[in-house]
Amino acid sequence: MILRNIYKFVILLFISVYFILSDQNCGKKERSTLYWNQRYETLPREELEQLQLERLKMTIERSFYSVPHYRSVMQEAGMGPEDINCLEDLQKLPFTTKEDLRNNYPYGMFAVPLSEIVRIHSSSGTTGKPTVVGYTRNDINNWAELMARALVSGGAKKNDIIHNAYGYGLFTGGLGIHYGAERLGASVIPISGGNTKRQIMIMCDYGSTVLTCTPSYALYISEMVEEMGLDPKKDLKLRCGVLGAEPWSENMRLEIEKRLDISAVDIYGISEVIGPGVAVECSCKKGLHVMEDHFIVEVIDPDTGEIIPEGEEGELVFTSLTKEGLPILRYRTRDIASVDYEPCPCGRTHIRMSRVSGRTDDMLVIRGVNVFPSQIESVLLEVGYTEPHYLLVVDREDNLDILTVWVELSSKSFASDEVRKLEELGAKIRGEIEAALGLSVKVKLVEPKTIERSEGKAKRVIDNRKL
Amino acid sequence: MKINQISVFLENKSGRLAAVTRILSENKVNIRALSIADTSDFGILRLIVDQPKLAFDVLKNEGFSVSPTEVIGVEMPDEPGGLSGVLKILESNGFNIEYLYAFIGKGENGALVILRIEKAEEAIQCLEENGIKVLMGEKLYQL
Repeated sequence: MILRNIYKFVILLFISVYFILSDQNCGKKERSTLYWNQRYETLPREELEQLQLERLKMTIERSFYSVPHYRSVMQEAGMGPEDINCLEDLQKLPFTTKEDLRNNYPYGMFAVPLSEIVRIHSSSGTTGKPTVVGYTRNDINNWAELMARALVSGGAKKNDIIHNAYGYGLFTGGLGIHYGAERLGASVIPISGGNTKRQIMIMCDYGSTVLTCTPSYALYISEMVEEMGLDPKKDLKLRCGVLGAEPWSENMRLEIEKRLDISAVDIYGISEVIGPGVAVECSCKKGLHVMEDHFIVEVIDPDTGEIIPEGEEGELVFTSLTKEGLPILRYRTRDIASVDYEPCPCGRTHIRMSRVSGRTDDMLVIRGVNVFPSQIESVLLEVGYTEPHYLLVVDREDNLDILTVWVELSSKSFASDEVRKLEELGAKIRGEIEAALGLSVKVKLVEPKTIERSEGKAKRVIDNRKL
Repeated sequence: MKINQISVFLENKSGRLAAVTRILSENKVNIRALSIADTSDFGILRLIVDQPKLAFDVLKNEGFSVSPTEVIGVEMPDEPGGLSGVLKILESNGFNIEYLYAFIGKGENGALVILRIEKAEEAIQCLEENGIKVLMGEKLYQL
């Protein structure tokens, strides 16, 4: 009898907790806010900052003793791990840049021996060499935890079928989401990118409920769905989307939500920091919660390096707090955004960053792939068929990014006046660029001296995309 | 025996052909024959002019990608089967034609066709052996 009452009590307790949680939903009816890890996602600020400080001290100590680069920059700055006694002390540390990672290519920034590394990813470097990132088993574990939180924050649940159309491979997107989806216990379809009609067939037949991909690909899918004469409301079971890896706008979100009949949230990540899952929107869709128990975010003036007041835009700088393989201290992302400390109605205590509004360098994001003009320049110089002047023109046709590389034909390459030879030349340059970027491009041969020369910084990019 | 042709790389955009002809006209270069090969992205303009060296220099100075190429000029009866006869000889002797186009003016004894051909020297010899008249460059520039 008593036992039965206890059961009843426990059941009632569960039901009431469920309702309490589902009540905190920003006043919108679309969905309740649930957490993956309620304790850490809603940790009171004071406790959170205490946790950050403990983890920061550990990270800095480990970096100092295990990564020669960090030791030497700290020594140059006349400081050591013992100088970090409060969170503000982080500002004493010098910044880390992509250049630093490149100078220590490939494994110089790792804080553990390779035998401890269980996964290696990389992202595009500013020139020929990529940036290498390594993960220990714990790192992969933490990353899966962060991604599970991100998926839940976007509305996914254990019994969802997650259609993961991020690219699998060296790019962190595919596997990052994949591990999070498995951690959540959802059924993940590792479809990766491309072959859109087949993707849609699988979405229909397998009953995918959550879509993960770049926002532009989500729009492209929606167009293809229409073209195939399907109705998202009837033929698809999609409910939500966790979209990221490229900049997008509120208008684009509304368009995707309308056309696919889903709720879509923005996810932010950068491979040097961990990959996707650094920050994600909740159902309030008013900024992305930075996973502050694993990262510290700062916003700086890109010119002076000074910390910028809350709410103002600047360059995002991240410090990892739990990473073992590649601890990263004050990493300059070159992404521009602002940070909001206002408590969020969703109950998460982690601060929110705004959407990334731009870059402090000339990096382009093409179909989710990071492209630096300097990478293309080094390919052109290497192949040597053309003048070293070039122009990158980015268009968005049918919601797909098209990168066209304009190159000036040199007289040397025009020795033969046959069309076939010039077309072969174009194809060869295209092949070289595609191999270097891992991205399909178009190559347009133009007359010499037609690409604008400028004194000082050359204009290398024309971005015609309207987000 | 070969003829100096000038090839100019042109982007597919308006005004480029006009720019070439303007430069030639300002330098009193007369165009004797021309053809354009075009693709979706670019075109190649091929010119036979009365002063090939001058035309090459002025176009180059104006920043065009110019390349001097050698072609042959063949005279044939201006009647049905004229060109066919010439091509038959070349084909049966295993010569590949890259491209050809008709000359604007007329030869002394009939139509003129410009041919870009592999192994030009041998082709000329073969044509002459078969009684086909191949024109000298100097003569053709002034026709």
